[in-house]
Amino acid sequence: MAEGAAVVGTGAPVRKPVRRGRWVPYALLAPGLLWLVVFFVVPMITLGSQSLQEGNIDDGYVFTGNVSIYADAVQRYWPHLVRSIGYAATATVLALVLGYPLAYFMAQKAGRWKNILLILVIAPFFTSFLIRTLAWRNILSDDGPVVAFAQSTGFTSLLQAVGLTSNDTLLASKFAVICGLTYNFLPFMILPLYASLERLDPRLVEAAGDLYASPREAFRRVTWPLSLPGVVAGTLLTFIPAAGDFINSRLLGNTETVMIGQVIDSQFLRVLDYPLAAALSFILLTMIVVLVAFYVRKAGTEELV
Amino acid sequence: MNEHSPITPMQAAFIRGAISRRTLMAGAAGLGVTALAACGSKGKSPSASSSGSVTPTAKAAQDMSDTEKIVNWSNWQQYIDVSDDEKSRPTIDAFTKATGIKVNYTEDYNDNDEFYAKVRPLLAGGEDTGRDVWCSTDWMVARLIRQGYVQPLDKANIPNAKNLEAAFQDVSFDPGRKYSLPWQAGFACIGYNTKATGGKKVTTITQLLTDPALKGKVTLLSEMRDTVGLVLLDQGKDPSNFTEADFKAAIAMIQKAKDAGQIQKFTGNDYTDGLSAGDIAACVAWSGDVASLSLDAPELELTLPEAGYTLWSDNFVIPAMAKHKKNAEQLINYYYDPKVMAEVEAWVNYIAPVAGTKDAVAAIDKDLAANQLIFPSTETLSKAKKFRDLTSKEESEFTRLFTNLATG
Repeated sequence: MAEGAAVVGTGAPVRKPVRRGRWVPYALLAPGLLWLVVFFVVPMITLGSQSLQEGNIDDGYVFTGNVSIYADAVQRYWPHLVRSIGYAATATVLALVLGYPLAYFMAQKAGRWKNILLILVIAPFFTSFLIRTLAWRNILSDDGPVVAFAQSTGFTSLLQAVGLTSNDTLLASKFAVICGLTYNFLPFMILPLYASLERLDPRLVEAAGDLYASPREAFRRVTWPLSLPGVVAGTLLTFIPAAGDFINSRLLGNTETVMIGQVIDSQFLRVLDYPLAAALSFILLTMIVVLVAFYVRKAGTEELV
Repeated sequence: MNEHSPITPMQAAFIRGAISRRTLMAGAAGLGVTALAACGSKGKSPSASSSGSVTPTAKAAQDMSDTEKIVNWSNWQQYIDVSDDEKSRPTIDAFTKATGIKVNYTEDYNDNDEFYAKVRPLLAGGEDTGRDVWCSTDWMVARLIRQGYVQPLDKANIPNAKNLEAAFQDVSFDPGRKYSLPWQAGFACIGYNTKATGGKKVTTITQLLTDPALKGKVTLLSEMRDTVGLVLLDQGKDPSNFTEADFKAAIAMIQKAKDAGQIQKFTGNDYTDGLSAGDIAACVAWSGDVASLSLDAPELELTLPEAGYTLWSDNFVIPAMAKHKKNAEQLINYYYDPKVMAEVEAWVNYIAPVAGTKDAVAAIDKDLAANQLIFPSTETLSKAKKFRDLTSKEESEFTRLFTNLATG
């Protein structure tokens, strides 16, 4: 990258100016690096040291290097961690299933409607995250038309049978939390998918057809592999924030759907147990990093990162 | 404000909401709030202050009151009078008209712990919170004073403070009322939506926590003292004088209900939306909320449980570094005029801490002055208990137990 930047500025064969221009890329990187240091590295160090403190809110917290807190935290909040990962993964898969056809349609078939559809996908972002989630509370309200419809079609009984709800309503259940997560993060799935599907050359699919591939085979061997960078980016952008989310479970869930984000929130703000909250944040971070590293390796898209 | 319009429906709501299940007897015309003294001093309460440490003093900012005619007031939802079209708040408008001070009234106080968490980093850093006055519950006032986060009130700017009811004068968390003056007091009780319960009444905490008809449609307050207080009373214990074992027994009862799927969740003041919509069938609620909501929704009812109920007060405090301290004091002074407080009470249905409010209300409507929620009789008050002061250690231990229950 260093050479590249210098070459653009000076013209290829001249040697001396290349040396002089070496600081340019670093200067260009500096604001970004500074940002990372100030808003990521420093808080991470603070958080790390906080997790190893002991004390209480009145007398203050002191660093004692109490590592056992991590074991305690994992032992106590294991179900919450597993549940959070589970909900986030389910929401990610749902968002992919819902988002892929839409992104494909927008990128390949929508023609002049393309921009309008794009705006519609982004439009919900004009209102706050909280308001959008609260709206779901109205949509799924016990006396609302959605519940009435779901009850009359037997959908609520089905959900109850598979354990996604605990009674014949929809609100305050696993189902509602997963719906909320899927809805709130769906645009993060659609936009990267759209970006990679838009670059897909339709002639490649045509060529596959010419070589006697069925539409299904053409999708499996041409469209899907070429859209993989979008799939990986979309799933990461959906999964990572969903795993740490605490709003959906708080507003749409019940006492059995508490996600780890909600535990961290209440330990930080209510119990004022900063070390435990910091330790839980680190555990969540580590779990996500490990899962994501494993996933990216499996998905095999080096060009993505 | 049309002074009569909120009162007639109020009566109706009151009859539906409270009188129907409460015995309103001769005592109604009786002692009123002064009787609070009797229950306030009941029970032995350990000191709230932490292990003998000196209370730090709150830093004051330069007071901009004379140049900036503003006061920023944070308060709870449903906690002040509103006009019939719900577009204005008559008593605030009248204050602005009289003094030229604009009130930025924000309903961002949903829960004591949540609010404390929001302002603590600023207070600890010695910065302005952007608020000049807010209303904290008694135990939170104790913490704010202990940590030096609130400023002493300049009573010279609050001559009406003399109207403070004797019962609220000497409280354990702020002896002599140096830092705080009560805004409202009230009961924690059971609220329910008859549409969602299928017409069934909810009369006891045991029923709330075990009735299969309410399964999954019950919420409890994340305010530990109210939720646990009611459960303690249901178990025959006294919240003003209980042991750690009693507390744990109460927690165990809630845990059992939670494990059985009875409890939907723990909420702050935002339970009111769900209760109105019927998504919550029954809950631990604050008396005035349910009473004032039932004005528009006759299906909402409240029960003051026979076993007893908790009594709390929310108090005006002025945080450290507040920019408009004098304006805030003028605001407090304004609400300590019984005539103004009477207008607020007609709407909020809580207990007025201002002496003379009852006479002011009686002048408008005699029946309103008999409302047990605003002017409780000795009988009503005899069953109201205050949650005892907790030591720092107890406070963190109990909060931990309760929050782990709520999020475990």
